[in-house]
Order: sequence, then structure tokens, then C-alpha cells
Amino acid sequence: MKKIIILLAVLVSTITFAQNKNEKASLEVDGVCLMCKNRIEKACFGTKGVKSAIWDVKTHELKLIYDARKTNLKTIQNSVVAVGHDTKGLKASDEAYASVHPCCKYRDEDVKDDHKGESGHKK
Amino acid sequence: MLPLLMSSQEKINGMIMEANDKNEHIGLGGANVYWLNTNIGTVTNLDGKFIIPYSKENTKLIISYVGFKTDTLTIRQPKLVHHWLNPVDNLDAVTVTSRKQATAKSYLQATNTFTVSSDELLKAACCNLSESFETNPSIDVNFADAVTGTRQIKMLGLTSPYILIATENIPTVRGASQAFGLSFIPGTWVESIQITKGAGSVVNGYESIAGQINAELVKPSTDNKLYVNLYGASSERLELNTHINTKLSDKWDTGLYVHGNTHHGVHDVNNDGFLDMPQYDQINVMNRWQYTNPEKGFVSFINLKFLNDKKQTGQLDFDPETDKLTTNAWGSEIDTRRYEVSAKLGYVNPEIPWQSVGIQTAFSSHKQESYFGLKQYDILHNSLYSNIIYNSIISDSRHKIKTGLSYTYDHYDESLETPNLLPDYERTERSIGAFFEYNYDSLDKLNLTAGVRIDNHNLLGTFVTPRLNVRYTPWEKSALRASVGRGKRSANIFAENQSMFSTSRNINILNTTGKVYGLDPEIAWNYGVSYLQGFNLFGRKADVTIDYYKTDFTNQVVVDYENPQEVNFYNLDGKSYANSFQTEFNYNAFEHFDLRLAYKYYKVKTQYNSGELEKPLTPKHRLFANASYETHVRENTTGHWKFDATFNWLGKQRFSSMESNPVVYQLPKYTPTVGTLNVQITKVFSPKFEVYLGGENVTNVRQGNPVLGADNPFGANFDTTYVYGPIFGSMYYAGLRYKIK
Repeated sequence: MKKIIILLAVLVSTITFAQNKNEKASLEVDGVCLMCKNRIEKACFGTKGVKSAIWDVKTHELKLIYDARKTNLKTIQNSVVAVGHDTKGLKASDEAYASVHPCCKYRDEDVKDDHKGESGHKK
Repeated sequence: MLPLLMSSQEKINGMIMEANDKNEHIGLGGANVYWLNTNIGTVTNLDGKFIIPYSKENTKLIISYVGFKTDTLTIRQPKLVHHWLNPVDNLDAVTVTSRKQATAKSYLQATNTFTVSSDELLKAACCNLSESFETNPSIDVNFADAVTGTRQIKMLGLTSPYILIATENIPTVRGASQAFGLSFIPGTWVESIQITKGAGSVVNGYESIAGQINAELVKPSTDNKLYVNLYGASSERLELNTHINTKLSDKWDTGLYVHGNTHHGVHDVNNDGFLDMPQYDQINVMNRWQYTNPEKGFVSFINLKFLNDKKQTGQLDFDPETDKLTTNAWGSEIDTRRYEVSAKLGYVNPEIPWQSVGIQTAFSSHKQESYFGLKQYDILHNSLYSNIIYNSIISDSRHKIKTGLSYTYDHYDESLETPNLLPDYERTERSIGAFFEYNYDSLDKLNLTAGVRIDNHNLLGTFVTPRLNVRYTPWEKSALRASVGRGKRSANIFAENQSMFSTSRNINILNTTGKVYGLDPEIAWNYGVSYLQGFNLFGRKADVTIDYYKTDFTNQVVVDYENPQEVNFYNLDGKSYANSFQTEFNYNAFEHFDLRLAYKYYKVKTQYNSGELEKPLTPKHRLFANASYETHVRENTTGHWKFDATFNWLGKQRFSSMESNPVVYQLPKYTPTVGTLNVQITKVFSPKFEVYLGGENVTNVRQGNPVLGADNPFGANFDTTYVYGPIFGSMYYAGLRYKIK
């Protein structure tokens, strides 16, 4: 009986953990500039339940805080890919990539070179 | 037994990679991985991967490889280790830096705010805050008046009482310190200045009308360990600034900042028998304590300030020992003593970064004892300010909210020895307010801040202050802004207009029913639009700003100088407005050379009892130009040079009416135009040491007759307020800065 209670307690606590309303996650997303930053973050907010999305131009890290009861990392990742940004493990379709602004073509080496040394467009 | 067994079996998996710009996983084969002071170690395989046994006793994991920097990682639990090693040889590592603009305009914020960095502040030897706006076209710095030598600032054509001036978001230059307060903040204490034109935010109070200026002070944790600045000018003005900052523990830092200035030179270049600038001594001390605890999310500042300032001015042969308050000679002394204690506590929830709480509180006691000829004026102002702000979001971080409460207490005790007025004016002002501000950021085209506050004030009543700021970006590198807002304040007619004591004018207050000196509170609405466009001109960065602001007074305490025998204060009956148009062009014409040009047009009119008139001594047209050049900083060279030049031109300004004066005491209707040029050269010897040399008003422009009736200062026509240009002429200075990080 005792074991069952412990098991239940563990189970309940994992469930509440999984249902965290301020779940934190981090994702690597490719991009080059502040325009990309706006596009990536906006895409995240398109998903209901995302509370905070901050993408770093330099490290390419997307820091997320979301309500795990309403959404999950996979859904958010899909919405980022849908606006044309590759994520680690999930590439954007060619159609989606074609929709990004010419200056944000992060797959292009020349564009990458253009943005080198700056932390994005002028603020 | 069980956990012990488990840990002894634990292993760490990892991968060692070669550092690269793109953070790509380039495995480094053959790197040594071992625990510090043990013989437990391994070598990475061809892909850079490794496995090493883990035990609790070992926490320092060393990674080394020939040609790379050896790294030590702290491992507290078994986990996946991904580590990039940096090559030792950094000779061909190139750091690309885009030169930071000294004054940065925001393309993103809703308010029309620009930040003046410490780089900009170094363009002029700004000894105190009032002088630090000289390279900024949005703020007008008036010429020092003939008696006190203080420089007043204006924004949108309105004088500094209509600007909320704060240090670290605590309103400081207000009440008794309005007249000289800016000269009580030494320039070296200022880390950066944020200037907001127009309505601004409701968080720091209801008083701002033309705009807000906030000075961030240097922080003990980031300021130089030791900083010494010495300044000497040809006028025999001498200043010394020292900063000493110490780290007490990993959480506490403290700093001691001492400023002293002195001037005892006797100058009378225009031979009117009056000193061209006062003689003075100032001691200004600040002690800051900073507490930082990032794990718990707490930051706190505690500041203690003390100021003692003495000024003496008047006729050359005036000796305060024998001539004070007599007609032997005209003279004036102004002694100020100020104490200030302030504390700030900020908490950011480390788990939820958008949730934060800030509490600020400040107490100041400001005492001024002064006399101007036969007139005496003393003021004691005790003030308490406290504010609590809660920051959070609604649904997601595009919708931010700020809400909180504020409480202010001001006690004024003034005594005067002047004809027509009561000998004592004493009042207490108390207000409690609640504010709410909502910010929406669409992350691309739109950013909007809407705020409202409700205050209950014992003299001003209960009132609502709404303010709205919107930024819209129609296309790339542009920002279209609009703002509207209301402000309300009680005018401290004596403290704000102290120069009127240095005249033979009679001071009259024409209303009696109001609650502040018999006058009603001032209420104004400010509307503004501005457009910023960045572009490339001949392949170099440029931007142009156009803005138009309108301030409409619902009520104003009119300061009427139109009768040369009187200064009259009365409630506005009719229209009073200040319209300002400004266009500014910034251009990085070639590498390390920046150019800034501005033109301003003001229309500031008030309904006086004698009719609707232009505000006296406010030029309609103004031109501004600033050029700065810096030689290239090369590796292994001893240093570089910086050159700065600022030109200001003011159109003709109206003198208040002198028609009833005898002809010999009449000046023309308008002033001539005035153009001044300031230059500065800085030689940076090393990051530790630099020397600067400069000239103010190098073309030696002078106003010949700043004191009207100087021949008879106790007669009916004595007036020192008709100042439209420099009194002293050109002045040269030199200084040095020494710092240890």
C-alpha cells in the first residue's frame, strides 16, 4: 500500500511538472539579424500558450517560456519552421524559406558574411 | 547503499569540439580529458567523443590539447558535456566592431527617447549636468545669467521647471533645487542620460510637461576602481573629481565619489564694475552601496549624498563682511546645503523573468540662504519620494504592464525680505497616486505605450494624468512617432525665478484665491509627432529626424516682465502655447567622422496682461552643428586623438518691454543674433590616461552690457536679467582623466 502511495505521489508530481504553466525550453534556430529575431519571436507568439520567446542573434538560441498545459515544444518548433527558419532537427520547407526577406537568407554564405560582426541591424 | 553503488557506476559522456563562429559540431580527436589531481583520464576519439568515469569527489574536469587553451570545467552531477576548445593562437583572430554612436536614437521604442552615452558627454568638458547638453540639439542651454552664473536649460521652448529631471528615475531637480540643481550633479558621476521629448511615461509622476530627462549614475560594480579627473580653466576655475570603487564581497560593492570645484578669479572684461561670473566653492560627496544577487534576483542601491555650495557675486569692491545688505556696494551670496538619502530595491523573479518588483525611496533636505543686494531669500525644502512598481505581462511578453503606487511629501519654508510680499511662505504638499501603464509591441511595425495615473494631492486636488506614445514603422529604418499627454504642477515662483531678485523690480502676486502663493496649479497638454529615417548616403550611414511638438497651457502661472519696474505673477487668462519644430541630420561622412546638423523653430507665446506676446529671450530660429573626428585606434600604438567642434547660432530674441524706462535705460526691441563655437581636443594616451584641451566661445563673442543700470545698482532701473549671450568671452581649459579598471 505504502509503495502505491509513493508511486502515486511520484506520478502526480511528474504530471504537475509536465503540466507546468511556466515551462522553460531552449531551441537552436538559424537566422542572421534582428528582422529574423522579430520573425522568429512573432511566430512563437502565434502559438497560444507561449509567454516569452527571446531569440539571440549571436548564439542562435531561442529561449522559451510557455504554458505546458496549452502547448508543447513540438508545436512551437513547427510554427518557427513554418515562417522559414531551420531549427535543430527540423528544417524549413523551401517554400517557407523562400518567404523570408532577402537580407535574412541565412542559408546563403554571402548573407551570413554581410551580418558578421554586427549584433543585428542597427537598433 | 543503493545510491552509492549507482554513483560509483556513473559515467560522463561528452564531446570536445573546435571553437568556430557558427557553433558547428567539429569534433576534436585526441584531446586529453582528465580529472584534476587524479590519474583518471581518457583521450577523445576521432569524432571528439569521450566517456569518463564520474565520482562525487572529482569536480574539476580538465580538457587540454596542443595548440588549444586548456579549460577546466566544474562538474557537479553526471551529465552530457559539450565543450568547445579555443585555439591558443589568436594572432589572426579579427574582432569586427561597428563603432557605437555616442547618441543613440531608438528605432523601436514608443517614446521619442534618445540616450546620450558617456562618450557623448566627453565631447565637452561638462563639469556638471547643466553643461552636458551642449552637444545635444534637443536641449537648449541658456547663457549663464549675469549674477549667479548658472545655466538654465530648455526643451521645446519651455524652461526646466516644465521638464521632469530625475537621477535614476527619482525626480531630483525640482522645488528648491530647480534653479541650481543641474549644477549639483557632477558630470563624471553621470553614466548616461535618457532624454524623452513630449509626454513620456506616467511612472515617475504627473509633473512633466515638455519632457523627461533621466541621468543614470555610475555604478560601483561597473565604474573604474579609481578615477581621477582634474580640470582647470583660464577663468581660474578649478575642478577635481575622484571615484574610488571597491568590491566588498561577491554581492556587495561600494563607491565613494568626491567632487570639488572652486573659482576665485576676479573678472570684469566689460568694465561695468560687476563680476562677470561668481566666485564659488562646492564640495559634493556621494557614497553608493550596491547589492547584487543574480541567483535570487535581487539588486539594490543605497546612496548617501552631501553638498555644500557657496557663491558670491556682485560689484568688484563688494566685501560681504562690511557691505552685506547695505547700499555701500551691491553684492549677493548664495549658500546651499543639501543632504540626500535614497534606496532602491529591485527583484526579478529568476524563474519568470518578466515578473519584477521595484521599490524606490528618497529623502532630501535642501537649504538655501541668500541675499541679492537688499533683498533676502531663504528656502528650506524637505522632500520624500517613494514609488513601488510591479512589472508583468498579459498572456505573452508582447503585452507588458507596469503598475504601482507613489507617494510624495514636500515641505517648503520660504522667507523673504522684499517689498510687497509677505515675509514667510510655508506650505506642505502631499500626494498619493496609482499608475498603470500598458505596452504593446507587435515585434515589427507597432509599439504602443498607454499610461494613466490618478493622484490625490492636498493642494492640487484629485486628478487624472493620461499619456499615450505610439511608434509605427511604415518601412525599413524608419520610425513614425506620436505622443499626447497631460501634466500638472505647482509652480515654485520664487525658487524658479531667482534671477528676479537681482533687479530693482517690485514682485507682485496678482491672484489671491489659489492654494499655492494664491495662484492656481499649472496644467498643460503636450502633443507631438516625429519621424526618423535612417538611410545610406554615398555608402555611409545617415539619419534624419523631423519633429513637431505643441504644448498648450490650460492654466499657467504667467511670469510677466513687461513692466520694467515690476515682475508680476498671475494665472493665465487666455492662450499660452509653445510650438517647436526641429529637424536634425546625422551623417557618418567618412570613417570616424560624424556630423550633426540641426535647425529649430520656436513659437512660444503667452497672453500677458499687456497682450499676446512672444516669450522674452526665446529665439525663433536656432542652428546647431557638431562635428567629431577620431583617429583610428591601431593595435600596439600609444593612443589616439579625438576632435570635437560645436557651433550654435541663435536668431534675434525679444527683450521684455522697456518703454516706460528713461531712454538711457532702454535696450533695442530685439537682441542681435549670437553665434558661438566650442572646440575640444582629446589625446588618449592609453586606456588609463587621457588629456584634453578645449576652448569655449573661441571667436570671443560677448554681450557688452549685461547689467542694465550698473552705474546705480540701488536705483530704479537696475536689472541683471537681460542676458542673451556670453558675458565673459572666450575661455580655454585643460584637463586630464586617469582611470584604473
